[in-house]
Amino acid sequence: MNGAHDLGGMHGLGPIDAEIDEPVFHHEWESRVLALTLAAGAMGKWNIDISRHARENQPPGTYLASSYYQIWLVGLEKLLVQADLISEDELSSGKSAGPLSEDLAKRALRAGAVPEVLARGDNFTMDDEIPAQFAVGDRVRVLNNHPTHHTRAPRYTRGHVGVIERCHGVFVFADENAKRQNNRIPQNIYSVCFTAQELWGPDAAPKDCVYVDLWDGHLEAVE
Amino acid sequence: MSEGHDHSHLSDTELRVRSLESLLVDKGMVNPDALDALIQTYEHKVGPQNGARVVARAWVEPEFKAWLLDDATAAIADMGYHGRQGEHMYVVENTGEVHNLVVCTLCSCYPWPVLGLPPTWYKSAPYRSRAVIDPRGVLAEFGTEVGADVAVRVWDSTAELRYLVLPERPEGTEGMSQEDLGALVGRNAMIGVEKVSAP
Repeated sequence: MNGAHDLGGMHGLGPIDAEIDEPVFHHEWESRVLALTLAAGAMGKWNIDISRHARENQPPGTYLASSYYQIWLVGLEKLLVQADLISEDELSSGKSAGPLSEDLAKRALRAGAVPEVLARGDNFTMDDEIPAQFAVGDRVRVLNNHPTHHTRAPRYTRGHVGVIERCHGVFVFADENAKRQNNRIPQNIYSVCFTAQELWGPDAAPKDCVYVDLWDGHLEAVE
Repeated sequence: MSEGHDHSHLSDTELRVRSLESLLVDKGMVNPDALDALIQTYEHKVGPQNGARVVARAWVEPEFKAWLLDDATAAIADMGYHGRQGEHMYVVENTGEVHNLVVCTLCSCYPWPVLGLPPTWYKSAPYRSRAVIDPRGVLAEFGTEVGADVAVRVWDSTAELRYLVLPERPEGTEGMSQEDLGALVGRNAMIGVEKVSAP
């Protein structure tokens, strides 16, 4: 979706406010939002791309006026309701209308399992042998698509030509993975090098480049 | 969070978070002690000190540096750092000819096992918007000068690859121990917005 989250290349957003000795969290509630999001993920009802889409799918004005963890909070509430883990009534009242099913309750993350779960991480690669459509050095163009759903092809790359720098292997295609759980389509990911002048015009520094990781489904060959 | 406690000093957002947490606990979806364990991990255990150790080792052990640049995921896992948001690592090296900078324009992708959670500025609209179109302006804002003859390479973390910058080892640090070198390496240098300075 062409949302406010797709920020690359925008102007007017002001200087970077880099705080010295910044704490990990500025408010206790921020840490709770992060932890609730990670813990609720153990229900297995969504994946990282579904959760990214829940966060970015907001009116641009709201997105830009929200702090980072406010965006996460809205995203988590949306995910929980979408997945039928809680109802709208429960969300607005804060009162449980009944416990989770036994099957779901068994999945709840326990403190003792936290180190192992974090150390294991997620599984984004796929064993499917999908032949790479492009080789290192090939010229490719980012398809000029504007899907209304989640995509990992930033707007500033679309229609532009780059060169394959590296093939990363076969991964879950995020754009499809975001549509629903268990929709894991295997595709190759490539690091694509775009010159700054290709993206931003002749005034950009001649030696500078932007590298973007893109999937087969984002690219077409350039003769 | 007991009933009847005076919450009048809390913001709407704080109340909303408290309400959601108590709901999810009541439903049996989350355990409060698991939440505490998650928070403690990222407040106290995982942070840029991990990445700094990786960088310092690469500076003193040429074989490790070669491994790191060839297979960062394996080399970093060898130091005990792996897992969530660092499943697939890629290390880019700064030299006299190349300066690397990492961003996630679409959200906030960041290598958690080696750097911890990202700072607010990394997740902010100003950095995400400008890092790709005006990297030299961004670097200047951090007080980092990069000559016109140096190529600036910006890495936009759009997939599940996570990037770590291997900064240049500063001159005048030849005799320093790996541990002391690690103490020089700050988070910003591993994102690429700053360079490492000699003490």
